[in-house]
Amino acid sequence: HFGFQTVTEAERREKIYQVFESVAKKYDVMNDSMTLGIHRIWKDIFVRKMNPCPGTLLLDVAGGTGDIAFRFLNYVRSVREGQLRRKLRQQQNLSWQEISESYQEDNLKSLGDSQVVVCDINREMLKVGKEKARHLGYSEGLSWVLGNAEELPFDDEKFDVYTIAFGIRNVTRIDLALQEAYRVLKPGGRFLCLEFSHVSNPVLSRLYDLYSFQVIPVLGEVIAGDWRSYQYLVESIRCFPPQEELKAMIEDAGFFKVDYQNLNSGIVAIHSGFKL
Amino acid sequence: PAGRASLSRTELRARDGRSGEEEEMSFQLYPGHIPTSPLQKALLAAGSAVMALYDPYRHDMVAVLGETTGCLALRSLRDKMKHHPEGYRILQERPRIRLSTLDMARLQGLPDGSLGREYVRFLEHNKVSPDTRIPPKFVDDEELAYVIQRYREVHDLMHTLLGMPTNMLGEVVVKWFEAVQTGLPMCVLGAAFGPVRLSARKLQVLATQLVPWAIQNGRNASCILNVYYEQRWEQPVKSLREEIGILPPPDVRV
Repeated sequence: HFGFQTVTEAERREKIYQVFESVAKKYDVMNDSMTLGIHRIWKDIFVRKMNPCPGTLLLDVAGGTGDIAFRFLNYVRSVREGQLRRKLRQQQNLSWQEISESYQEDNLKSLGDSQVVVCDINREMLKVGKEKARHLGYSEGLSWVLGNAEELPFDDEKFDVYTIAFGIRNVTRIDLALQEAYRVLKPGGRFLCLEFSHVSNPVLSRLYDLYSFQVIPVLGEVIAGDWRSYQYLVESIRCFPPQEELKAMIEDAGFFKVDYQNLNSGIVAIHSGFKL
Repeated sequence: PAGRASLSRTELRARDGRSGEEEEMSFQLYPGHIPTSPLQKALLAAGSAVMALYDPYRHDMVAVLGETTGCLALRSLRDKMKHHPEGYRILQERPRIRLSTLDMARLQGLPDGSLGREYVRFLEHNKVSPDTRIPPKFVDDEELAYVIQRYREVHDLMHTLLGMPTNMLGEVVVKWFEAVQTGLPMCVLGAAFGPVRLSARKLQVLATQLVPWAIQNGRNASCILNVYYEQRWEQPVKSLREEIGILPPPDVRV
């Protein structure tokens, strides 16, 4: 399905590619308008749940414009600063020579060897992301790779954490993407997925539907000059498996301790699983 | 967006529990048509009006505003066309003004002062093309969609007949003329708000000379959509102006 249309898998991939090619430049503006800025909070909560420690190697799939990657870098940087501060406090009895030596070796690792690889299938989205990184001053610990979530260009067991934020909905074969996620994670690695999900509360659900179908395509037309891509967006959310079903799919891929957390009554859900 | 495969919504009916509004959205009346509910039209009208004011280069927003607010005016225009022999023929034959349908070489070869020659001169001088007219999306009637398309494609000919360039001032003058001629709310809004970005000197010329002239022309002229321009390329502009009832432009210096 492409939204509510029935198409072949190849057609669906092509159509989705075109959608993101067309929306790439206005992606962030549209996210802010559609969610009234709340998507930033969802992403903050997501990274906080990840709670990465310095030295983590993160693969952010469908990471396009870099929102998760930048938050990850900020998070490990501040955790690292905290670590360094604590270390300094313990070094009060050292000589000046020893203190300056430890400064030198630590300052080279403000990120503590943490790295994030942003992987996206769409060149336009990656372009926007790279430009944003340049503009915001992110350079260390960040790399950009063109790749397909269903067939990742990475070796087995390479990453500590795999994230996919608002991307898995657009993958044509979700089962393959989950299998790939399992493959590239190290044992002990964590799978995290942030995605629009299903609202069970009937009142909220009606309001959400009304807003989604009546307002969002209009916003798409007015802000981005693109009704159809945003019509696709709201339809694809409705077609996506609900929380329990996605949980089962993640378990099928081999993950353990799979759980989900609803945000805003299920408008968005974070699914988590471990490779053991 | 042009070139995108049209999405039919027949699959929508398979989904139950959807609000009734989406059921009526299942039918695409013409290529590029996006069926919309009344609420969506209202939101589009408001949003496009704001965006068009905020960013005047968003011509697509002006187009959307025209489509979402023009229901009554388009119907009245269509009726005017139906009750006029030439207009009726246009509705039947549905001519389109596009580079692919125009024989540019032939028009350039026409004598100076003829409609065809002056039209081509206008296009070259202002570096515009008839192919930049946006096809309608939100008009829920296939014939009215053609009427608004025709109105858009004839716009450049209005510039030619009125002798107005495509700068902000010229556009505003043509909007005043079109507002009186068509009654389209988008033209009225454009005529009223367009001048906000003009300098004081231009505003003065506009208010004292150009707008009164445009309004007078708008009132006196017969319906501009009832002229089969494609069959009148050889006609001298002067003669066509007299026939329609448009006075030549006043001599202004800005």
